[in-house]
Amino acid sequence: MEVDQLQRSFLEHSNALFHEGLLDDQFSQLQLLQDESNPDFVVEVVSLFFEDSERLLNDLTTALDEQNVEFKKIDAHVHQLKGSSSSIGAQRVKDTCIAFRNFCDEQNTEACLRCLQQVKQEYLLLKTKLETLFRLEQQIVAAGGATPMLDEFF
Amino acid sequence: MNPPPMSFTTSPSVSWKSVDAVSDQFPAGLRVLVVDDDPTCLRILEKMLRNCLYEVTKCSRAEVALKLLRDNKDGFDVVISDVHMPDMDGFKLLEHIGLEMDLPVIMMSADDSKSVVMKGVTHGACDYLIKPVRMEALKNIWQHVVRKTKHEWKEKDLEHSGSVEDGERNQRPNEDVDYSSSANEGNWKSSKRRKDEDDEAEERDDTSTMKKPRVVWSSELHQQFVTAVNQLGIDKAVPKKILELMNVPGLTRENVASHLQKYRLYLRRLSGQHQNGLGNSFMGPTDASFGSISPLNGLDLQALAASGQISPHSLATIQVAPLNRPTTTKSPISVPSLDQRNIFSFENPKIRFLEGQQQHNNSSNNNQVNLLHGIPTNMDSKQLTTLHQSPQPYSNMNMHVHTQGIPSAVLARNGIENVRGPTSVVDFSRGQPGNSSFSLVGNSGISSLASKGTIQEGFNMETKGSRGFVPNYDVFSELNQNRSDDWGLHNVGSTLNPNVQGGLDVGPSVLVQPGFSSFKQKSALGNNTNIGQQLNSSLNDNSLRIKAERLPNMGFHQNGLFNDHFGQEDLMSALLKQQQEGLGSVETEFGFDGYNLDNLPV
Repeated sequence: MEVDQLQRSFLEHSNALFHEGLLDDQFSQLQLLQDESNPDFVVEVVSLFFEDSERLLNDLTTALDEQNVEFKKIDAHVHQLKGSSSSIGAQRVKDTCIAFRNFCDEQNTEACLRCLQQVKQEYLLLKTKLETLFRLEQQIVAAGGATPMLDEFF
Repeated sequence: MNPPPMSFTTSPSVSWKSVDAVSDQFPAGLRVLVVDDDPTCLRILEKMLRNCLYEVTKCSRAEVALKLLRDNKDGFDVVISDVHMPDMDGFKLLEHIGLEMDLPVIMMSADDSKSVVMKGVTHGACDYLIKPVRMEALKNIWQHVVRKTKHEWKEKDLEHSGSVEDGERNQRPNEDVDYSSSANEGNWKSSKRRKDEDDEAEERDDTSTMKKPRVVWSSELHQQFVTAVNQLGIDKAVPKKILELMNVPGLTRENVASHLQKYRLYLRRLSGQHQNGLGNSFMGPTDASFGSISPLNGLDLQALAASGQISPHSLATIQVAPLNRPTTTKSPISVPSLDQRNIFSFENPKIRFLEGQQQHNNSSNNNQVNLLHGIPTNMDSKQLTTLHQSPQPYSNMNMHVHTQGIPSAVLARNGIENVRGPTSVVDFSRGQPGNSSFSLVGNSGISSLASKGTIQEGFNMETKGSRGFVPNYDVFSELNQNRSDDWGLHNVGSTLNPNVQGGLDVGPSVLVQPGFSSFKQKSALGNNTNIGQQLNSSLNDNSLRIKAERLPNMGFHQNGLFNDHFGQEDLMSALLKQQQEGLGSVETEFGFDGYNLDNLPV
């Protein structure tokens, strides 16, 4: 594929992510931080986020599976997930976390379980799309091109 | 895409110079410590701060952060910490840093609820950032460093020009100078009130031209401070008198005044958390009645001196001896596990001090007290080694202490094989998860912690501790008094890091002495009995919230320790977990064979 084509794909893809609300401005901030000294910064941070989120989601699943649900613990996990998702700009994941926390406060197990499902879905969706984006980026770079900056969309 | 390099120029005002080594390139090179358990955020913050040309150190655990800060006093300019962390509450970390290092701390969280932000304010945070943190927010954190420095410098300047800023600021700046200069002379006791014109002038010049080199409130220094405050009584503790008692060369009334403010805030917060144990660990004994431990230690030493033990063996003997002694004063101190623990921990330091004093008969005893505070004397060095987390601090301390004249016996008692060897005790405290207070507990609390563990499994340690202590208390009731203070200090952060030691080269001994001597003969043996009884009552109250007032000096110390310990239950359990094996071994090695709880009133 030609670099131009790749770059166009890349832009379309990232554009969609922002427009659909999966990502917000914070993600652009990350991209702005990437530079020659840290050329893989965004991928690095997002990978950290994936690792951490999966761990949290597992913990949440386990916690909600308990006989006696410890809402405080769940709230702590969700709070953390909220923090990290907001740090990378994972808007929809973060918003779901906010709703999740409200249900925790209400100690509503059913609603919490639903939220957990939703968070997992949002997370997986985001993960898939970001992975596609990164793949495109790799291809662009491999083909000798430069990653298009997304800030032009903001 | 990167933000343009900072182009701030250092203000020509001399006050900035002493802020830190890189003040000339301020704010570039600003040394930031970031603490956050979220790896994603941590990485992002690190990158953002690097882009601001700051020097970043990142840390995902609060206790590691505290260790870093303690090991590198003056190694950081500002700390940014997350509020919600699994190993330690961000606010607790904030308090520790504020009291021990007096660094500006910025809190951050995804939580933007007013209550949490307010908490940040009341705990003394310089700023509160809401996550996700943006570059713009980080770019300007240098203002907090400057603000703090300038404020401190200004206080000092105003003080010397005689202006009275608030009630605490004395109208006699000269006195501050006097104290400082007299301390410098080494003969703190006698020269304390002597007005040395030269020194005074020198001091004034220094203070007015100095940018107010930030006073680093090390754990020892803080302990001395708490000792002094407790001796005076929290209500009567005015900076001038505290400074006098502390007798730290170079320390000014302003330093003490600002530290006192923070301490008061801290205490206020503690009283609100009383139910949960005495909030932060390092402020165990909040009651003025705690008195200072130093005198007690001194007395103990003297008493021990009579025994004539100097060698490590002697120490062991000494340690055991008192334990086996029938409770003279303390008699039946039924010390609930907690109390025992306190006693144990308390005792240890005391014993050490006594021995140390015996050897040296000098102010260094005080040092020892402070330094060794928290070092379970009952623990063998081996045992301590087991518990040893990081001998580093202690070894330094010991070295320092040794310099001061701490008898090797004393050191040995504390688990220090030799004066120069690192003591596991130190490590223990250091290795404690959580804050310094924890470590303090560790040291002093190692025994206590150990006892705790023991108690849980069986009372072995506890009883032993108490027993051993009882006799000591009898002899050293006064020391007990002082001890509590020391505990407080220890709690603050007993980890004596080499840096601190070095910095306070003259300090420790000097500092300790004043307190020590003043506290000497504070209490009669009778106190011990009272203490014992009080301990009983406190012990019965397993909340471990033993109020200082209720407890005799000794009790206070112990309780204070306990409270601290308990206050940090999570830390303790974590510690205990860590120490499980260690504790076990310690128990057996303690050799409190003769120890029995009979003496302790239950």
